[in-house]
Amino acid sequence: MITAEIPVAPAAPAPPVLARRAWVEHVMGTAVSIHVRAVEPTRPDIEAAVRRAFAHLRRADAVFSTWRADSDLLRLQHGEVDDVHGWVADVVELCLEAEERTDGLFSAWRSREGGRPVFDPTGLVKGWAAAGAAEHLAVVPEIAYSLGAGGDVAVGVGPGPSVTAPTWRIGLEDPRTPGRVADVVAVRRGGVATSGAAARGAHVVDPRTGRGVARPGSCTVVGPDLTWADVWATAAWVDPERVARMLPERDPEYSLIVL
Amino acid sequence: MRRITTWLLSTVSALVLLFSYHTSTGQGATTVALGDANGAGAAAPDTASGDGTSSGSSDDSSSSSGSSSSGSSDSSSATPSPSTTKKSSSSAAKTYTGDAIQTRYGPVQVEITVKDGKITKSAVTQVPWSDHRDQEINGYAVPILNDEAVQAQDAGIDMVSGATFTSDGYIQSLQSAIDQANL
Repeated sequence: MITAEIPVAPAAPAPPVLARRAWVEHVMGTAVSIHVRAVEPTRPDIEAAVRRAFAHLRRADAVFSTWRADSDLLRLQHGEVDDVHGWVADVVELCLEAEERTDGLFSAWRSREGGRPVFDPTGLVKGWAAAGAAEHLAVVPEIAYSLGAGGDVAVGVGPGPSVTAPTWRIGLEDPRTPGRVADVVAVRRGGVATSGAAARGAHVVDPRTGRGVARPGSCTVVGPDLTWADVWATAAWVDPERVARMLPERDPEYSLIVL
Repeated sequence: MRRITTWLLSTVSALVLLFSYHTSTGQGATTVALGDANGAGAAAPDTASGDGTSSGSSDDSSSSSGSSSSGSSDSSSATPSPSTTKKSSSSAAKTYTGDAIQTRYGPVQVEITVKDGKITKSAVTQVPWSDHRDQEINGYAVPILNDEAVQAQDAGIDMVSGATFTSDGYIQSLQSAIDQANL
C-alpha cells in the first residue's frame, strides 16, 4: 500500500528547449531577417526552407520592383505587356479585392493627368511577398518563425505537436519621437504591418484626392494574414477613423493601432 | 577496463572534434546565432538540460555529450534578457563593430559598446551620404536606431515594425555586432 502520492507535474515531459537562429539577407532594397526557434535550428530542412523564403522575396522583387527598370511591373507600366510573371495576375486580383474591401481607401491604380491610370501595387506587394515567403517556413515541422521585411513582420509556427507557438514581441516605432519604441505587440501567429510618413516622406497616396498623405503619425494593423494587415494599414493611413469603424464589421480579426 | 575507458574517451573527443568542425563550417556568413528571449541558450541545441525551465540544472550545457556543438557554444551566453546575464564578470567596456550592411542607399555599419554584458552605447559608423536625399533620410533614421538598440536590449524586442523602409540595414548591422559580443 503506497500512501505517498507521486507528484505528477515533474514527470510530465518538459517543454522542448527552443534554440534560436537568425538569417539576414539583402532583398527588396532592404535587409530581411528571418528568425527561427527550434530544438535544433541547424536542421538542413530549416536551412532549405529559409533559402526558399529568401528566393521567394528575390523573385517578388524581380517582378514588382519599382526601381529596377527590367521588372515585370515597370515593363507593364511602359506598355510592354507581352510577357509578365503569373504573380502579376494574382496581385492584380488581390488589389481589386483590396479596393473593394476598403471602399477604395486602398487603390493600386493611380490616375495620371492626361493619361491612363498607372498600376502601382507597392502598397500591397511588400506585405504580400513577405507573407508568401513566410509560407515556406510555415510548412517546416516543429519550428516557430518570424520574418521581418522593412517594417512588415510575419510570425507563425510549422506543423507538429511539440512546438507551442511562442510569443514574438514586435516593437512599434514611434513615428513622432525618433529614438523610441512607442508600443509592443505580442503575436504568436499572424502579421504586423505599419504605414506612415516617417523617413521616406509621403509615399502613400490618398486615392480620393490623388495627393500624398503628409501628416505625422503611423498606423499599424495586426491580424492573421500579413497581406491584409498591410492593405488595412495602408488604408488606415489614408483615413484612420473610417478604417477603425470598418474593421470590426469587415475584418474583425484585424486590429488597428494608431500612433 | 582501462583500455575501454581510454577507447571511450578517445571516441568522445573524436566525436566532439567532428561535430565542432561540422558546425563551424555549416554556418554561413550571413547567419547569426542569437539568444532566445526566454533565456534559453542560443546554441548547443541538442542539450536538453541547458535551459532555465528544466528545474535544478545549471545553465551550463553538459560537456559530456558528444553532440554538443562546440563551434557555436560560445553564443549560448547570448541571452538578451537581463535576468540571465551570467558570468560576464564586471569587465571593462569593449567595443564591437557590426558588419557593413549593403542597402539600397549604400553601406551602413553600427558599433556597440558593451559593459557587463549589456549594451551601453551604440553608434553608427558608416552611413550612405551619397546625396542630399540620403542625408535627409539618414538624419532622421540614425537617431532612431541608436536609441532603439539600447532600448531593445531592455525590452526584449524580436522585430521592429515601422514605416521606415530603409532602417533595417542598421538593425542588421547591430545584430551582427551583438553576435560578436556574445551578449
